[in-house]
Amino acid sequence: MSLANLVNLLPLAVIALCSLVVMLVAAFTRRLTLSFAISLIGLIVALVSVFVVWPLQPYSVSGLLSFDSFVLFGFLLIIGATIFVAVSAWAYLKRHSDEGGDFYFLLLLSALGACILAAASAFATFFLGLELMSVSLYALIGWRRDRAIGTEAAIKYLILAGVSSAFLLLGMAMIYADTGSMDLGRLSSISLSTGLVAPVGMGLLLVGVGFKLAVVPFHLWTPDVYDGAPAPVTGYIATVSKGAMIVVLVRAFAPALVGSGGVNSVASASQQPISPAFPWVFAVIAGLSMFVGNILALRENNVKRILAYSSIAHLGYILVAFLAGGTNALRAVSFYLVTYFVTTLGAFAVIAELSTESRDADLVEDFQGLAARRPWMAAALTAMLLSLAGLPLTAGFVGKFIIITAGAGAELWALAVILAVNGTISIFYYLKIISAMFRGFAEGGTVGASTPLIRVPFIAACAVAILVVAVVALGVYPSPLLSFLGTFTSNGF
Amino acid sequence: MTLSLFVIIPLVLGVLGWVLSRRNTANARWLTLAANALNLALALVLWGAAASLYTLPGISLAGAGSPWIAQILWPWIPSLGISFSLSLDGLSLTMLTLTGLLGLMSVLASWKGITERVGFFHLNLSLVLAGVNGVFLASDLFLFAFFWELMLVPMYFLIDIWGHENRHKAAVKFFLFTQIGGLLMLVSIIGLAVVHAMQTGIWTFSSQELVGTVLSPTVSMLLMLGFFAAFAVKLPAFPFHTWLPDAHTEAPTAGSVILAGLLLKTGGYGLIRFALPLFPTSSHQIAPVAIAMAVAGIIYGGIMAFSQTDMKRVVAYTSVSHLGFVLLGIYAFTPQALSGAILQMVSHGISTGALFILVGTLQDRIHTRDLTRMGGLWKQVPRMGAAALVLAMALVGLPGLLNFVSEFLILVGTWQVSGIATVLAGVGLVMATIYSLRLFQTAFHGTPRETWKIADLSGREGAVLFILIALLIGFGLYPQPILQMVNPVVNGILGIGAGGGAL
Repeated sequence: MSLANLVNLLPLAVIALCSLVVMLVAAFTRRLTLSFAISLIGLIVALVSVFVVWPLQPYSVSGLLSFDSFVLFGFLLIIGATIFVAVSAWAYLKRHSDEGGDFYFLLLLSALGACILAAASAFATFFLGLELMSVSLYALIGWRRDRAIGTEAAIKYLILAGVSSAFLLLGMAMIYADTGSMDLGRLSSISLSTGLVAPVGMGLLLVGVGFKLAVVPFHLWTPDVYDGAPAPVTGYIATVSKGAMIVVLVRAFAPALVGSGGVNSVASASQQPISPAFPWVFAVIAGLSMFVGNILALRENNVKRILAYSSIAHLGYILVAFLAGGTNALRAVSFYLVTYFVTTLGAFAVIAELSTESRDADLVEDFQGLAARRPWMAAALTAMLLSLAGLPLTAGFVGKFIIITAGAGAELWALAVILAVNGTISIFYYLKIISAMFRGFAEGGTVGASTPLIRVPFIAACAVAILVVAVVALGVYPSPLLSFLGTFTSNGF
Repeated sequence: MTLSLFVIIPLVLGVLGWVLSRRNTANARWLTLAANALNLALALVLWGAAASLYTLPGISLAGAGSPWIAQILWPWIPSLGISFSLSLDGLSLTMLTLTGLLGLMSVLASWKGITERVGFFHLNLSLVLAGVNGVFLASDLFLFAFFWELMLVPMYFLIDIWGHENRHKAAVKFFLFTQIGGLLMLVSIIGLAVVHAMQTGIWTFSSQELVGTVLSPTVSMLLMLGFFAAFAVKLPAFPFHTWLPDAHTEAPTAGSVILAGLLLKTGGYGLIRFALPLFPTSSHQIAPVAIAMAVAGIIYGGIMAFSQTDMKRVVAYTSVSHLGFVLLGIYAFTPQALSGAILQMVSHGISTGALFILVGTLQDRIHTRDLTRMGGLWKQVPRMGAAALVLAMALVGLPGLLNFVSEFLILVGTWQVSGIATVLAGVGLVMATIYSLRLFQTAFHGTPRETWKIADLSGREGAVLFILIALLIGFGLYPQPILQMVNPVVNGILGIGAGGGAL
C-alpha cells in the first residue's frame, strides 16, 4: 500500500473518516444537528474528492477494487444521493427529537459500503461492501422504534437479506470450486458448456443480486420495507442500494461494455451482439419486473408502497438497457440511473417533508387537496411523478426514450414494446396520486385530510427545489449530461 | 426564429399570466388572450406572405422549389441526432391558423365560466396550445413525440380539475388511451431511426432524412402500425374512440373546444404528415382497413349521436362521425379526397368548437345538459337559437357552409376508389340530418318541459359565435384560399406533379 494507493482511495477514505468522527462525536453528544452538519461537510468533501481522483482513472487498488469512469460516476450518484437523504432525514427526524446523531453514523457507513460494492472487483470486496451497506440498513429501517411497522420491516429485511446473502456466499463458493477464481471478472465467461457447478453457483449469486435490486421474483420484501422504513431511509434504499448493485452488475456481467466505440455506434451494438452472460435470464427478469411491478401498484392505496412497486418496474426498465449491450447501453443505464435517482429522491423527500411526528404521509388520502394547501410541495411531487411516468419536460421522458433506443438498437423489440405498454399501465397509478393532490382545486376550498402545516426547513426545501430543477433541466436539455455520459467506459475488471 | 414564436409565445405569456394572476386574475385572461391573438396574427401574416400577397424575408412562396414555406433547425441533443427543427408548409399553416383562432375563442368562451384558480387554468390552456402548435410544426420525430405528449398533461388537468361530474374517470381514460398510442408511436419512431442508422450509420430523427429509409415490407408495416395506433386513437377512429365521448362531455367548455377543435386534428395531421409519406406502401396496404374503420365510425357515430340525451355527448358523437370522414378522405389517396379531409378538419374544428361554446353558454345558464329537460328555448333565447340552427345545418352539411364543401370533396374523391364506401358515407350524411335536427328541435322548439328564466347571448358570447359562423359561411362560399394553401402539400404527398417529396 503506497501513498499513491491512498490518494486513489480518497473518496472512500473521506467517507470512512467522516463516519468515525460522527461516531466519536455521538459518544459525547447525540445532538442530531451537529452530526448532520459534520456528515454534510464530510459528504461534500467526498464528492469533491471524486473529482480529484477522476483524472487518475482507470486504476485498480490491490486487485480488490477497481476504479473507472463508470465506477466514479457511481460514486457521484451514491454520495450525491446520500447528501439529499441526509438533508431530508435531518428535517424529518428533528420533528421527533433533536437526539439520535448516530443515525448519520449508520448512513455514512452504508454509503461507504455502497461505494465499496460499486468498485468491487473481487468476491471479497463485493461481499464486504454489500454487507456493510445492508447491516447499516437494518438499523436505519427500524430507526423509529416507537413504530411497530418499522420494526417489522427491519426484521423482515434482516431475515430475507440474510437468506439472500447465504445464497450469494454459496454461489461464490461454487464458482470458486469450479473455476478456482475469486475474480468478479470471470463471471461473464461462465457458460453451461463448462459443466454445471459454476452456472448453478452463478444462479445462486444472481439470487443475491436480484434481492438487492428487488426485481421479480425477488421483490417480495419491497413494499413492506418501503412502507415501514422512515421516508428518507426508503428513498435511500430505493436509490443507493440499488444503484450500487447496478454498477457492479454492469461491470461484472457485461464486460463487453468495454471499449470506447463511437458515441453513436448503433452498428457496433448490432453487428457484434454484445450481451450479458445468460441474456435470457435477465430478459425474463426484466419483463416480469415491469409487468408485476406495475400491475401490483395498480391496486395499492399507499403511496410508499406504490413507489415500491413502481421501483420494481423501473429496475426492469434499466435491465432492458443493460441487456442491450454496447456503449449505447452504458450511456442509457447511466442516464436512467441519474433520472431514477433524482426523481425517486425527490418523491421521497416530499413525502418526508409532509410526514408528521407520529406517522409518515403515505396514504393517497394524505395527499388529497395538497395542491391547494401546499402548492409548492404538490408541484414538486407532480413533477417527480410525471418524470417517473416518463412525460415530456421531465428527465423521465428522455430516460425512457434512451432506454428504448438502446433496446431497439440491439433489436430487443419485444422488451421495447413491453416497456411502452408498461409505461401506459404505470400512468394509471401516478395519475391517481396527482389527481388526489388536485382534488377540489377548482373549487378553491381545502379538501381532504387536515394534516398540520409543518414548516419545512429552508435547507430541506432547497434540496427539493434542486431536485425539481434537475428533473426539468434534464428533460429539456439533456445534451450536456448525455455527452458527458457518452465518454464513459467501463474497463470491466 | 419566427416559427419558434408559435411555441414560445403561449409558453411565455402563459407562465407570465400565471405568475401575475396572484395579483389580479384578469391578468391571466388578458395575457392568454394576447398570446392567442398574437399567434393568430402571426399565422395570418405568414399566410399572406405564403400566398404571395407581399414578401417577408426568409419566407418563400408555397410550392416555389422547396415544399417548405419556412424552416428552422437548431441543434438540441446532437449525440442522439435530435434537433429542434420546425418546418412550415401549407398544411401546418392552415392548422396553426385554426389553433390561433380556436385558442382565442376558447379563452373568450371561458371568460366568465372559470372563477377559481384562473391563473392555473390559463397556464394549462396555454401549455396545451403550445404543444398543439409544436405538433403542427415539428419535423424532427423526437420533437414531434415530445410535443405530442406535452399536450397530454395540461389537457388532463383541464378535464380533471375544471370538468363536470365524472371528470376524474374521463380524464384518466383520455390520458391512458392517448398515452398507449403515443408510446407505440415512440417505439416506431425509434425503430425507424435504428433501421436508418443501420443502413447509413447516421443517427437522425429528422423526418426529412428518414423518409428515404428503405424498409422491408414487414418492418414497414409494423412501424407504420405504431404511428397509426397513435393517430387513430387521437383522431379518433372507430373502434378506438371510446375515450372521446367521456372526455368531451366532462371537459370544461374551453377544454372541449380545444379537444374537439385541435387535439383531434393532430391525429389527422399526423397521418397526413408522417404516416403516409414515411410508409407509402404500407399505407396503401392498410387503406381498405382504414376505409372500413372510417365508414364504421361515420355510421356508428351517427347512430350514437341520435340516441344521446346529454347535449355534449350528442356533439361528441357527431365528432366521431365527422372525423370518420377525415380518415376516409386520407386513405382514399385521391387529391380531392385529401384536400377534402384537410378542409374537413378545419370545418369540423370551427363548427364543433362553436357548438361546444354554444352548449357551454346554455349550461352556464340552466346548469344541465339534459335534452329531456329542455324544449321551447327559442322564445327565450332567439339569438342562441339562431346560432344553434346554423350550426346544426353545418353538421348536416348544408351547401353554403364549409362542411358541405369538405364532405362533398371527400365523397367525390372516394367515389373513384370505392363506390360502396362512398354510398355508406352518404348514408352517414342522412343520419347527420336526423341527429342534428333532433338536437336543435328538442332544445329550441316544441313546448317547454321546464320553465327556465334565462338571458340570451351576451355581447361577448354572441361575438364569438358570430365570428365562427361567419367563417363557416365565408369559406363555405369561397374555400379557394384554403384549398390553394394546401394544394402543394396534397400533391406532394400523393406524388403528383412537381411537388416532390412531401417531407
